[in-house]
Amino acid sequence: MSSSSIGPKRLVVGARYGLRDWLAQRVTAVVVGVYALVLFVSALVVSEPGYGGWAGLFANTWMKVLTLLAVLALIYHAWVGVRDIWMDYVKPVGVRLALQIFTILWLIGCAVWAVEILWRV
Amino acid sequence: MGDIAKKSRPQFRNIHVSQILQYRLPAAGLMSILHRVSGLSMFLLLPFILWIFDRSLTSELSYAELMEVVESPLMKIVLCGLVWAFFHHLLAGIRHLISDMHIGLTKENAASWGVGVLVGGLVLSFIAWLKIFGVF
Repeated sequence: MSSSSIGPKRLVVGARYGLRDWLAQRVTAVVVGVYALVLFVSALVVSEPGYGGWAGLFANTWMKVLTLLAVLALIYHAWVGVRDIWMDYVKPVGVRLALQIFTILWLIGCAVWAVEILWRV
Repeated sequence: MGDIAKKSRPQFRNIHVSQILQYRLPAAGLMSILHRVSGLSMFLLLPFILWIFDRSLTSELSYAELMEVVESPLMKIVLCGLVWAFFHHLLAGIRHLISDMHIGLTKENAASWGVGVLVGGLVLSFIAWLKIFGVF
């Protein structure tokens, strides 16, 4: 009996990304949620109103790094969520694959743009 | 045996998209599908959000221009929708985290969660909507 068997008959198969993505979905959600709170407080309570305070906030390296971490968490979170939507509702394999590829390219594109915006400030 | 097999019994199959409106969705179900709708909407609007982020940070001029652009009624409506999507998704997500801790899992609780998240999302959005329309 191999180590991947449960009981004498049942062989466990599958991609085994279920638990990993379930956990990642929660961790990334908390990261984005906490970031949203930090951004809200920093922008509306601590910073000066107007362009100066807003741009000044993102001029800080710590804010760039925090924002990038939140963007990366968001990208992974959105990937898991949107992929689940395609897996649930889109049955034809070709269409699903096309949508998943679109999703990945869309998200990577957004992440690159976010980096470009952040490090221009 | 044959008689029993012939008896017409109710069949419950997966519903088709075209039948969706014939089914009453309980509050928890509405909250759940809107969790997906709000998430997918924000995913599709990511470039729009990044464009706002870009304009707000590029220069004092682009910031001033953005402040004028967001005054248009269409922009305000899109922003109001985005704000709702964010708050609904956030609250529905927090409910998931609480469920993961095995809190509030009964059938009665499910209905309360549904109503609570739907109303909570709208209340938080309403406060933001007042801000967007310059009430305070």
